[in-house]
Amino acid sequence: MASQEIYYIPDGSKWPIVGTLSLFITFLGGAMMFNSVDAGKYVLIIGLAALTYMFAGWFADVISESIAGKYSKQVDVSFRMGMGWFILSEVMFFAAFFGALYYARMFSIPWLSGEGQGGHNGTHEFLWSSFQASWPMNVMPDPAKYTQYKDVVPAFGVPAINTALLLASGVTVTFAHWALKKANRTALSAWLFATVALGFIFVYFQAGEYAHAMNDLDLTINGGIYGSTFYLLTGFHGFHVTMGAVMLAVILFRSLKGHFSQKDHFAFEAVAWYWHFVDVVWLGLFIFVYWI
Amino acid sequence: MSTLAHDDHHDHKPTGLKRWFFSTNHKDIGTLYLIFALTMFFVGGAMAMIIRAELFQPGLQFVDPQFYNSMVTVHALIMIFGAVMPAGVGLANWMIPLMIGAPDMALPRMNNMSFWILPFAFALLLSTLFMDGGAPAGGWTMYPPLVLQTGDAFPFLIFAVHFLGISSIMGAINIIATVFNMRAPGMTLMQMPLFVWTWVITSFLLIASLPVLAGGVTMLLTDKYFGTSFFDAAGGGDPVLFQHIFWFFGHPEVYILALPAFGIVSQIIPAFARKPLFGYASMVYATASIAILSFFVWAHHMFTVGLPIKGELFFMYATMLIAVPTGVKVFNWIATMWKGSMTFETPMLFSVAFVILFTIGGFSGLMLGITPVDFQYHDTYFVVAHFHYVLLTGAIFALMAAAYYWLPKWTGFMYDERLGKIHFWLSLISSNVLFFPQHFLGLAGMPRRIPDYNIQFADFNMISSIGGFAYGISQLLFVYIVIKCAMGGKKARARSWEGAKGLEWEVPSPAPFHTFETPPKLTKKVLESLY
Repeated sequence: MASQEIYYIPDGSKWPIVGTLSLFITFLGGAMMFNSVDAGKYVLIIGLAALTYMFAGWFADVISESIAGKYSKQVDVSFRMGMGWFILSEVMFFAAFFGALYYARMFSIPWLSGEGQGGHNGTHEFLWSSFQASWPMNVMPDPAKYTQYKDVVPAFGVPAINTALLLASGVTVTFAHWALKKANRTALSAWLFATVALGFIFVYFQAGEYAHAMNDLDLTINGGIYGSTFYLLTGFHGFHVTMGAVMLAVILFRSLKGHFSQKDHFAFEAVAWYWHFVDVVWLGLFIFVYWI
Repeated sequence: MSTLAHDDHHDHKPTGLKRWFFSTNHKDIGTLYLIFALTMFFVGGAMAMIIRAELFQPGLQFVDPQFYNSMVTVHALIMIFGAVMPAGVGLANWMIPLMIGAPDMALPRMNNMSFWILPFAFALLLSTLFMDGGAPAGGWTMYPPLVLQTGDAFPFLIFAVHFLGISSIMGAINIIATVFNMRAPGMTLMQMPLFVWTWVITSFLLIASLPVLAGGVTMLLTDKYFGTSFFDAAGGGDPVLFQHIFWFFGHPEVYILALPAFGIVSQIIPAFARKPLFGYASMVYATASIAILSFFVWAHHMFTVGLPIKGELFFMYATMLIAVPTGVKVFNWIATMWKGSMTFETPMLFSVAFVILFTIGGFSGLMLGITPVDFQYHDTYFVVAHFHYVLLTGAIFALMAAAYYWLPKWTGFMYDERLGKIHFWLSLISSNVLFFPQHFLGLAGMPRRIPDYNIQFADFNMISSIGGFAYGISQLLFVYIVIKCAMGGKKARARSWEGAKGLEWEVPSPAPFHTFETPPKLTKKVLESLY
């Protein structure tokens, strides 16, 4: 309970319903595409465009209300809580994929290679008795169904560089925050620019790694449980980095326009939290997907 | 106390469609949620009627087995995601700001989006009824590899689940922010009404469990369309992995449905026993314990898939542990009634029935939680009987109790008490005729999710179906009572029930469009008079 001023209750807004409709159109287009309906991709594009329009419009409204001074300290706290709990939900989303990775390594692969008793070795005995456990698992229990790959991406190549890039970007965004608190606008913009640049360089490197893995190593999403967990985990992470970098770019653009004050800059902080979250997920990826 | 009942002088409402589509008002959004939930209750109920009609006699009478399976699947999805959860969120929307003296929910626009997603998500899901291959028929649990055989409905099912998840997570975030940030000055956490407490804890469960489901169904989608092998042993995955992911969500989900019901009866029983809730603090701690434990018991849904023996033991004992805080709650409800000056208006009748029948469902849950015993009961009608006792005579009875309890506050009129009592007795008798025989069917070995059965199960199935039709028809009476109450009747006082305590009874009935625009001043003395 921050303070006792009158809480700002916004008047009716079209954005929630626009957001709902655009999500609906996006999902509809996606589902149509999976069912091989030709119009699906156009529906999807319309949905994504509407979604972008919604985000831009909704945030523009919030920003202008904030600049107009309509938000009390208490509203600010609500926003902070909203962002924090949203990030926790994202953490749990990634937890599902990490869980799948651990399960494959700890249970399903050993069992498929004949470990365990009481029926756990049944699949090995009756179906694929030549299967041997390994990690990365590049010989499939049923080699006809999934693509065998030559090698996996080593941890201490580009992934290590990417780790350094993301960790550095966590530092630069903190420098930007310090500069903002000291009202040093030039340093703010410079450090923010560096953060955005590091983010996009990360994505660029990651894309290069994907191309290398697919073209040279034959490692695709079809590469059994290793390929599945590798591409889904790094893919969702890469998508989050891209979103985070776009968000940072918006923050950079806004700070160049003179937004944010020394004391009041929730949008900046929210994006910084998000960026740190993306960073921490990457550390998990680096350790458990690439390294050990 | 009338000083708290701050009459609003500029009580202007937006008009027309804008009022509902663009709403940022917690009462309007709450109303939308509740009406939507009631509508979906009847859509899902109609599917249950089809199921019971088919099971009235052995043999195939009305529907083909594929359609029967989609009815079982979609009935579950609708009742869980379309009826019970939205009804709970609707009550949270309406009542939490009133109970904590807040002007509205913390994030009113997001609140609107949380609601409006629901009809669109169900449009995605229900459209599958008309597609090639029919609606999803692999069960609401969506186990692979079976669910991967779904026809055109498959991506619609997955995206509907994603969409509903987005709605619930936004709703949960909103409730947490409201409770932690918007309480009237002076109200500490341990002074909040128990309904508010149960909803905060439910919100944590939603935020922590729904993204896991989203991840799991995403893996289903990539397994089907992109060639991943999460749930395919041929590529090193395991179909059982999906069950782990699903039930990591699914078990907390059970408490997402049940905890708000606990909160409701914890409001109603003290009001009609005219005594404060017995053991308030222990109620809060018990609710939190149940919520935490719910993340460590998921594999009790999977005892027969071939878990390692250590896993079976761990999950059996963890499951037994949940009986402890649940027992605390049941004890406290009974102790609240002990030597109270009780009257039995409809909300109280439903609440007392809840305590008894939910406990029956809890006991059959204990039986199912014992691993060796579950080997016998698994996937039989005993399971169906168990979860319908906790969800229908549990959660839905509590939601009915809440509706009767707060209808005067919402509409400004008292509902017809005589009809309400008739609705209660019809519901009570019919639901027990409906579900009690299913225990016997399950113990005798009748499997769930089949449209046909052996002749030995005929009698109990016929009894069960008769109870089902009676329950279904009785609920139409509820709609009539609600509409009648909204149209008029005896004027409700601000404090509509003699023993009702709490801030929501300090504002006029019906509650004005805006309430607590300036926060009420809650001194210690005021708070003591409130509880």
